[in-house]
Amino acid sequence: MSLELSKFSVISHQGHTIFTPVDLVIAKGEVACVMGPSGVGKSTLLNAIGGHLGSDFRVAGKLVLNAQEVTHMRVAERHIGILFQDPLLFPHLTVGDNLAFGLKAKVGDAKQRRILVEQALDQAQLTDFYHRHPQTLSGGQQSRVALMRALLAQPQALLLDEPFSKLDLDLRHTMREFLFDQARLRLIPVLLATHEPADAHAANGPLVILKPGSSHAL
Amino acid sequence: MMTFLNNSWATQLSSIVLMTSLGFLSQMTHATSTPQWQQTIDQGAGDTVYWHAWGGDVRTNDFITWVGEQTEILYDVKVKQVKLSSTSEAVTQVLAEKAAGQNTNGTVDMIWINGANFLAMKEQELLHGPFVTDLPNSKYLNLGPNAPATVDFTEAVAGLEVPWRLARFVFIVDSKRVAQVPLSMAQMLTWAKANPGRLTHPVVSNFMGTTFLKQALIELTPDVSLLQQPATEQSFIAATAPLWRWYDEIKPYLWRAGKNFPENESIQQQMLSDGAIDIAMAFDPAAAAAGIASGLLPKSARVFVPSQGSLGNVSFVAIPYNASHRAAAKLVANFLLQPETQARMQNINVLGSFSVLDPTQFNETQAQVFADLPTSEALPTLTELGPTLLEPHASWGEKLKQQWSQRYSQ
Amino acid sequence: MLTSHWPKLLMLIALGMSILLPVVVGLGEALRAAFGILPALGRHSFSVDAWQQLWQLPGLISSLRLTLFSGFAATIMALALAIFGSSWVYNISPKLFFLDKLKPLMQFIMVPVLAAPHAAIAIGLAFLIAPSGWLARWLSPWLTNWTLPPDWATVQDLWGLSLTLGLVIKELPFLWLVCLVALKQINVSKQMSLAQSMGYSHSLAWRKIIIPQLYPLIRLPVMVVLVYALSTVDMAQILGPNNPPTLALVALRLYTDANVQMLLPASAAAISLAMLMVMSILLWEMSVRGLMLVNKVSIRSGERASKWTLLGTILTTALPISFLLGLLSLLVLAIWSITWRWSFPEAWPTSWSFDYWLQLLTEWPLALKHSLITALMSSGLALMLTVIWLEVQDRFGGHVYRATLWLIYLPLLVPQIAFLYGLKVSFLRLGLSGGIGTVIWAHLLFVFPYVMLSLVDSWRALDQRYLSVAASLGSSSWTCLWRIKLRLLLRPLLIAWAIGMAVSISQYLPTLLIGAGRVESLTTEAVSLASGADRRLVGVYGLLQALVPLLAYSFALLLPRWFALKHMK
Repeated sequence: MSLELSKFSVISHQGHTIFTPVDLVIAKGEVACVMGPSGVGKSTLLNAIGGHLGSDFRVAGKLVLNAQEVTHMRVAERHIGILFQDPLLFPHLTVGDNLAFGLKAKVGDAKQRRILVEQALDQAQLTDFYHRHPQTLSGGQQSRVALMRALLAQPQALLLDEPFSKLDLDLRHTMREFLFDQARLRLIPVLLATHEPADAHAANGPLVILKPGSSHAL
Repeated sequence: MMTFLNNSWATQLSSIVLMTSLGFLSQMTHATSTPQWQQTIDQGAGDTVYWHAWGGDVRTNDFITWVGEQTEILYDVKVKQVKLSSTSEAVTQVLAEKAAGQNTNGTVDMIWINGANFLAMKEQELLHGPFVTDLPNSKYLNLGPNAPATVDFTEAVAGLEVPWRLARFVFIVDSKRVAQVPLSMAQMLTWAKANPGRLTHPVVSNFMGTTFLKQALIELTPDVSLLQQPATEQSFIAATAPLWRWYDEIKPYLWRAGKNFPENESIQQQMLSDGAIDIAMAFDPAAAAAGIASGLLPKSARVFVPSQGSLGNVSFVAIPYNASHRAAAKLVANFLLQPETQARMQNINVLGSFSVLDPTQFNETQAQVFADLPTSEALPTLTELGPTLLEPHASWGEKLKQQWSQRYSQ
Repeated sequence: MLTSHWPKLLMLIALGMSILLPVVVGLGEALRAAFGILPALGRHSFSVDAWQQLWQLPGLISSLRLTLFSGFAATIMALALAIFGSSWVYNISPKLFFLDKLKPLMQFIMVPVLAAPHAAIAIGLAFLIAPSGWLARWLSPWLTNWTLPPDWATVQDLWGLSLTLGLVIKELPFLWLVCLVALKQINVSKQMSLAQSMGYSHSLAWRKIIIPQLYPLIRLPVMVVLVYALSTVDMAQILGPNNPPTLALVALRLYTDANVQMLLPASAAAISLAMLMVMSILLWEMSVRGLMLVNKVSIRSGERASKWTLLGTILTTALPISFLLGLLSLLVLAIWSITWRWSFPEAWPTSWSFDYWLQLLTEWPLALKHSLITALMSSGLALMLTVIWLEVQDRFGGHVYRATLWLIYLPLLVPQIAFLYGLKVSFLRLGLSGGIGTVIWAHLLFVFPYVMLSLVDSWRALDQRYLSVAASLGSSSWTCLWRIKLRLLLRPLLIAWAIGMAVSISQYLPTLLIGAGRVESLTTEAVSLASGADRRLVGVYGLLQALVPLLAYSFALLLPRWFALKHMK
């Protein structure tokens, strides 16, 4: 499993390239980092890979996931998970149901699914949180649930858009380790957008420094 | 008063100019009026009469506006039409005021009324009067026993309301589409069978729908005189049996197989204009001519009446018991009875409603004014209209409505 | 602690006196009349005759069936379309081709239908789809071979389908706008991205994630639409069948019967209608809870593949059709307003005339003046009351009892006809009659709940952090209100005000009954003329009636943009 970007960039509807084209290969279980000043387009890059860009943008270059080109594929068919700054747990669902939402449909019957969700909670050290409402959880707990939810969907790649930026330093460290462990354990290629050198250091994988693109039309 | 009119009326036929140049007519009015009437004139001056009248007809609304312009010149009385979508709104208004104990300073000064609404107000003692004979112009009315102006749906007017326009039930057809009009209810049945889906009547909860049933009833019932008495259970069953037989037979051939009906006669006329049906109804012999003049009906629209004649009644105005501007309302009512006003009303280019006055009371000039009124191809002459059939007692209408719903509402 | 309750209590009392009391008193009168007590008619003793009279009305069961069917079907369809339409606005992958270009303009496209009075839409639609209507005229006689229209039941059909269609067309823009405003409080795009990245299709993600969060925010507007659809008089009169008609029309017929004794069964019918509302609301809410439960179970299953493609196709087709029909209905009215004659099967009027516009120039200024005064006053007052009410809650303790909110909506949840007569009698007893002030008060009963309804959720959803920041910088609570809340909420405030304007302009019965017919407005003129069924006149007045709310909505939508532009420069 791997995620490959070749000459990958995003062009606005006025024809501006948002950032200089990116070439990058992320192997399975590897955590790559994308860095660069604020506003350079780190989120845009991640959104483009995930397929979340609006019709105001188009994508140039090529995106290959597990030897299959997915550049223009629909979001739902790409199987590329994403985590944002905010954990974005669905407020109308309990923690357990949030996880169940992520869990693949084909997996087991209701009983087995429940067990899988409980296991995920155990892994996140959130045993007995099944019936809690997201609003009652701390920031770190919410982040862990969000991550487990993304992983239960069995993504073939994972994008992280500054997921630790709202956590305090201690939590940040634990969360980072937890996340990297999970990715390595599941052999998922991960792309992490961050502006913290410490993140990049810990990731210990390929590093892309994003540069602003040309403002002239292609 | 009349001397002035004799001089000028003949030369200024049906023009607004006449009525706006009546500066000294009002002086004449003062000169010839009784002390009692003079008091009314003095009391009414400066007031505004709130005339509650159905507002669905633009030509009537315009006529009422014109009346106000004239009474302002004549008596310094303004008229403000409160446009109703149903006359009962005014009745409810007065009733609510009575319920609240507001027995003076009521907000309704005058109502265009007749039939069941009049009966209701009379029974609940919501009307001022008798006052008709107080009006100087009542001399132009035939107030003899059983004269049309003294009976409203067989209910004695008792001086509580003043007639102002004549209503006659007529059918309207597009003469281009219907060559041979059905002149009796039996012919109507044959016609409907030959032209399924092309005939309907307004929904029976509507006044015009009930009127159609009454017209049919009068033609089909064995003993018409029975209808002038209040309906009893027995007389109703006997009198209406042929009507229901006839209706059962015609119903499947009605528009939408008699399962739905136009809401009122205006909608029905619109359907005639759209070509959706071939026969419409109205309570106004000038309906076709007026419809053509206002573009609502095709130029080929004509009215016809059954050969036995058709229902006729008189439209009245009444003054509620608690009206704020009683005197001013009387001045307006009196103005409505002026022969010149009635002639203008009968003018097809204005309203086309027939006068309620007794022509035998006119002098020569007045008679000539009526004779000189413009005519229209679509306007029937009085002879063409044939005999006027008397409205049955109000109870028959009520019972017909109920019985029809009983039979034909699913 | 005790002192902090006083402002709330005062507010409650003030609202109770001005909004609640009139409704309760009015209902009380109707209830008395329904049980045989109407002193003005000389009826003083308790009896159930009126109810017997009502139950014995032929076709009452059909009336009930018709009312419930058209009311529920219209609400369900309008809501489904509004939610689907909102999901389309948030769908980033192009779907409806050229229509996608319209997304940014959607709110403006909605405005004409939103602003137009119900009766105008109904008359326009009736002319559009009748067998003798515009669509048939386009196709005749070259395609259909019709020289005369066929006897088809495309309007006033016995099932009330055309009535349902009319209601959907008219209520869809309202619900859609309400949805779009409410969705601004939910982080829709990110949540959708997340759900889709987990393999859910757009529509399924919308159903499982967004709808359950959206519905609680739009619950009250939906109730209002349901109640309106069940109790409408003007639309039912034009588009519904009439033998028998809907229950609201049965009540109206009884109220306007020449026989004043019919006021008793009329009151019974009005009370029945009110009870029907309560039961319908309960039924609706129970069904929604059930559906939400089903939705939750399906969330647990993790099912990704949408089984609702057929529904999606239906909605995709129905949405533009519904909008098109609404706009065409208005267009055809505009054409009628300058028509002299237009015969079947001509596709266009045979002769034209501006007479009605010219004629009205002399007549409508007074009606326009009255309409504007009542609308501006009642919507202004309503907005003020709403802001005070919400601010009092913010300052003196979080959530004021949910029940009081329902009380505010009482005038909307009870059919007007059920309490206006009684209200009128009470006003008369107080010596209030016929003045424009009384009419403004009566309008306020209906305008205030609508304004509250459109504002309350946006107000609550205001990010408290802004306020905390402001407070920490030493701003007084007045500065907070004036400089922060009202500025941040400018858009919803203006939309609430515009909705208030539209509601006031469209009031017929309150204006007529409470104004004793003396406060003539655009709507009283339009309705009395509409009884004469002259499409040309209805066209003129319908457009005039639509014009005021249209200006208000445009103002509400454009002013914040103008502000934003100014700040960008």
